[in-house]
Amino acid sequence: MHSFTKNFLKGIIRSNPTFILLLGLCPTLAVSTSLDNAVGMAAAFTSVLLASNIIISLIRNYVPIRVRIPVFIVIIATLVTIVDLILQGFIPALSKSLGMYIPLIVVNCIILGRAEAFASKDNTTNSIADALGMGVGFAWAIVLISLIRQLLGTGALDLFGHHLFTVPGLGDNPVTIFLLPMGAFFAIGVLLALFRWMGVSTGE
Amino acid sequence: MSNLIAIFFGMALVNNMVLVKFLGLCPFFGVSKKLKSALSMGIAVLLVMVVASVVTWPIFHFLLVPYNVEFMRTVIFILVIASLVQIIEMTIKRTNLTLYNALGIYLPLITTNCAVLGITFINIDQAYTFPESIIAALGAGAGFTLVLIIMSGIRERLDMADPPLAFKGTPIAFITAMLLGLCFLAFGGIIG
Repeated sequence: MHSFTKNFLKGIIRSNPTFILLLGLCPTLAVSTSLDNAVGMAAAFTSVLLASNIIISLIRNYVPIRVRIPVFIVIIATLVTIVDLILQGFIPALSKSLGMYIPLIVVNCIILGRAEAFASKDNTTNSIADALGMGVGFAWAIVLISLIRQLLGTGALDLFGHHLFTVPGLGDNPVTIFLLPMGAFFAIGVLLALFRWMGVSTGE
Repeated sequence: MSNLIAIFFGMALVNNMVLVKFLGLCPFFGVSKKLKSALSMGIAVLLVMVVASVVTWPIFHFLLVPYNVEFMRTVIFILVIASLVQIIEMTIKRTNLTLYNALGIYLPLITTNCAVLGITFINIDQAYTFPESIIAALGAGAGFTLVLIIMSGIRERLDMADPPLAFKGTPIAFITAMLLGLCFLAFGGIIG
C-alpha cells in the first residue's frame, strides 16, 4: 500500500508531467482555451494512460524486448481510437471542439514515456497508481492553465453551459490575447517562472 | 495553382504548426538551442512529413474509405509513420553517410512527433486532394523549420541575456515563443 501511495503522489507535484517534465505540451496548450475542453482532454488522457499502463504491465513479460515500442504504440493507438469513438458517440460537441487533438493523444510523449519507463518494468498495482498520479498531475495543470486563459480571455467563468460568474470590469473588456494561441505560451511561461520562484525545480 | 500557393503559405505562416497549432512542441523547445541542430531537425521533419503525406493519403482514400474503416486511421497512420521513419533512416544510412550523421539522431525522435501525425490528419480533415496534401506537407514542414531556426537564433542570444532569475531557461523560452507567435499573427492578413 505504501508503494501505491508513493507512486500515485509523485506524478502530482514532484514529477508533474506538464510543469516539471515539460512533456505532452501539445494538447495542454492547444485545448486549454476553455475549462470544458480542459476537463474533457484530462478525462480522455487519463483513461488512455490508465488503460495502457494496465495492459502493458500485464503483458510486459510476454513482449519481446526488441519489438516493445511498436507493440506499445499499437496498444495506445487502439485505446485512443476507442476513446475517440466514445466521445464522438456520446459527447459530440466536446469531440468537435477537441478535434484532432484526441487522435493525437497517440503521440503524447507522456503515455509512451510511462509505458516504457514504468509499466513495462513494474507490476499492475504500481502501474495503476502511476497512471492515476500522472493523470491527476496532467489534469490539474491543464485545468489551471485553462482557468487562467478563460478567466482573463473572456472575463467570465462557464462550465458545461452553466455560467458561474463574471469578473467585474473584465467582463466587458476581456484580455482576448489569452484566447489566442500566444496566450497559452504566455500563461505557461509565467506559471513556470512562478513555480521556480516559489522554489520548485522545473524543467531542463 | 494559386490555390496551391495559398495552401503552402497558409500552412507555413498563417496556421504555423508550432505557434498556432501547438504541434511538435517537444523538438521546438528541445532542439532549438543550437542553430545547426535546429536546421537538421527541421529538414528531417520536413522530409518525413512529405513522405508520410504521400503514403497516407492513398492509404486513406483507396483502402480505408472503400472498406468503410475510416476509424482505423489513427492506428494505421501511426504504424505507417513509424515504419517510414525506420525505412528513411536505413536508406539514408546506406546512401549518404554525411546526411545520416547530420540527421541520424533526430529521425527516431520524429516517430512520436505530433506534427507529422498532425499533418496527415489535417490532409484528411481538410479534404485536400493528393497534390494539395503534398503542398500542405511541404508548407507545414517549411513553417516548422523556419520557426525552429528563428527560435534557435533567439535562444543563442538569450543564453547571454540576463532575464530575472526565475525566468531563466525554459520560462523565458515560452515568453519568446509568445512574442514570436504575435509576430506571426501579422501574416494572418496575407491569405484570406
